[in-house]
Amino acid sequence: MFSKGTKRKFSDGDEEISDESLVGARVASSYSLQRQSLLDMSLIKLQLCHMLVEPNLCRSVLIANTVRQIQEEMTHDGSWHMVTEAFCGPGQSPSERLVATEVLCRSREQDAEPKLFSVISYEGCREEEVVADETLCSVSVSDTVSNVCLAGRIGQCWEKSELSGVERDEEALEDSRLGSGEDEEIDTEDGASTESPKTTGQVFGTFEIKNSSPAPDSALEELFSDVDTSYYDLDTMLTGMQSAPKMGPYDILDSLAPSHSSPSIVSTPKCRSDLNELDHIMEIIVGS
Amino acid sequence: MLTQVDRGPRAESLLQRQSQFNRCGASTAAARQHFSALILSDREENELSVPEIDTRKIDNSFLRDHNYATEADIISTVEFNSTGELLATGDKGGRVVVFQREQESKNQPHRRGEYNVYSTFQSHEPEFDYLKSLEIEEKINKIRWLPQQNAAYFLLSTNDKTVKLWKISERDKRPEGYNLTDEEGRIRDPTTITTLRVPVLRPMDLMVEATPRRIFSNAHTYHINSISVNSDYETYMSTDDLRINLWNLEITNQSFNIVDIKPANLEELTEVITAAEFHPNQCNTFVYSSSKGSIRLCDMRTSALCDNHSKLFEEPEDPSNRSFFSEIISSISDVKFSHSGRYLMTRDYLTVKVWDINMESKPLETYQVHDYLRSKLCSLYENDCIFDKFECVWNGTDSVLMTGSYNNFFRMFDRNTKRDVTLEASRENSKPRAILKPRKVCVGGKRRKDEISVDSLDFSKKILHTAWHPNENIIAVAATNNLYIFQDKVN
Repeated sequence: MFSKGTKRKFSDGDEEISDESLVGARVASSYSLQRQSLLDMSLIKLQLCHMLVEPNLCRSVLIANTVRQIQEEMTHDGSWHMVTEAFCGPGQSPSERLVATEVLCRSREQDAEPKLFSVISYEGCREEEVVADETLCSVSVSDTVSNVCLAGRIGQCWEKSELSGVERDEEALEDSRLGSGEDEEIDTEDGASTESPKTTGQVFGTFEIKNSSPAPDSALEELFSDVDTSYYDLDTMLTGMQSAPKMGPYDILDSLAPSHSSPSIVSTPKCRSDLNELDHIMEIIVGS
Repeated sequence: MLTQVDRGPRAESLLQRQSQFNRCGASTAAARQHFSALILSDREENELSVPEIDTRKIDNSFLRDHNYATEADIISTVEFNSTGELLATGDKGGRVVVFQREQESKNQPHRRGEYNVYSTFQSHEPEFDYLKSLEIEEKINKIRWLPQQNAAYFLLSTNDKTVKLWKISERDKRPEGYNLTDEEGRIRDPTTITTLRVPVLRPMDLMVEATPRRIFSNAHTYHINSISVNSDYETYMSTDDLRINLWNLEITNQSFNIVDIKPANLEELTEVITAAEFHPNQCNTFVYSSSKGSIRLCDMRTSALCDNHSKLFEEPEDPSNRSFFSEIISSISDVKFSHSGRYLMTRDYLTVKVWDINMESKPLETYQVHDYLRSKLCSLYENDCIFDKFECVWNGTDSVLMTGSYNNFFRMFDRNTKRDVTLEASRENSKPRAILKPRKVCVGGKRRKDEISVDSLDFSKKILHTAWHPNENIIAVAATNNLYIFQDKVN
């Protein structure tokens, strides 16, 4: 019935639970699907903005707060923990991945590179329709038992061996990148405590790929230390987009589809190849 | 009975008119309002009929035959002056158009003071910030009139970064008969001058000129969202997302920062300032609202930097209505003091609230503007409509509130009778002198004739800006690029 290798996400869960909780699980799964699509939509909104005119700060702050709220809820659910564990080494707590308003601003050390979409949003992007409103609009945020149970089941669906397989793959990828002078990823892998100013602020931090090491920047920093760069922090949303034509929200998703060869959103070839590698990782996890 | 404002004998006649207005409204279940529509035609047409003073007008005459809405014509602010004689509108193209009310004449009693274009000028131009590679929009965010002190009119207009003080004055005489120059202004050859004469003022066609008198710039890193003139008529404040600055109207090269909510680490930013206003009578008091739904009242006498509020108005969240969008819809888009100074009105996405400034724990009154949108919040988030900033206004006696909605609807709430009405500002439904028909949105179930279902609402037609004459029942409603002026009919 199913082709070999295809992952049936909820099928194992379905067989084990009774009808009653099946309905509850279905409602909860639709809630988490909707929550996921809301998260994806919010991330897209944060990244996309007018090229020429500055983005509306109030709107960005409200969207960032919404993203943070969703992340916190997903952390409580445990579903966030599952996802982040898949993509980062053990020892990093999910709380460090909570989105501050990093998409609004960046510390000066980081290059204003276009942010790569996290794996989660990448996966969620395939469903282009936003699922119906009512549930999302009226659901209580407080944890419900069914949510937690479902999260647990999602975790069980993901086989442990697969997880560690992903980790191995990722380390291999990073080793290859090391050769080209890229050492930031290793920093985020271990020594999380020393890197906390960076990791706390990162959106789904593990996929933050920086192209330059901070050392040259520090010299520049001294030069410009008296300049008020608070406003430049908003560059995050702008610099990556300046070379790309204005796109609608779902155009970006299309460009990130597996068949793409040159996503127009990124401005450096390095990021392009990294996206392909992300692609690869995603396929392993999702098993599609 | 109807108002706390004691304005003397004139107030009595206003009260009578007010009660007549309310009584008429009670006659039928459909709440017929005695408003007659005086539609000011599309602003482009109006500008044609007035002698053109501004030489830098955008020529969009080729569009006249089609019903386009040029983006530059989208009205972004509307404001009556303190007497109601003038009405100013600002648009996205940086222009200000000022309308003046006709003097009521005995010969034509039915033409009760219509508003005609008085002056048009380009207030702000688009700029480019080379350092940040960003455009600074020329859209006029707010206009505020100064109280009139002489024959000239003064207003403050602002875009995202710069506030300008404009003087609008009339010229109907000009000097003639100079000795050294001829009629065209050319210098005369001194050897041809044989007599001396005294120049005299001769009448000329009325000319209305607007000149920028002060430019207040380089004080705001973030986008200016409000300006408010103080009751001392010497100072005003300008508010951006994170800071509020106090200016003296005479001094342009310095301003005082009185509120700063920028965190040391911008990553911790979770709240921005959305609007601010001075108290109408107390020159030391002002309020500002935030994106988290709170209003802070500050007293400038307590300290130079008013980061600590004197009062905090915040309503505890209703746990049963909580959703991911709760914070967004609680963000306050406008805050206005009542004329009396005793009450505050705030507008968030779905409601209008009236607060007593002596009670911080919860609002006095809450009015639902379009609660039927509550189940559509996700779609409204997707198309960004949830971030629309609606304004709200008091009427002259603080008894009626007005705010806009979608589909060119606007709503009025009578605080005393607790009745509300939905009206529509559109050409098809309003002919000159016609009485506006109340509209209704049907939320579910059977749709009656003349009702509109929620799904048919046009979310691109939003009424964000409205204004109410300070003394009379005349309202100005901006619907995208059209301005509607409605008056009540007094028999």
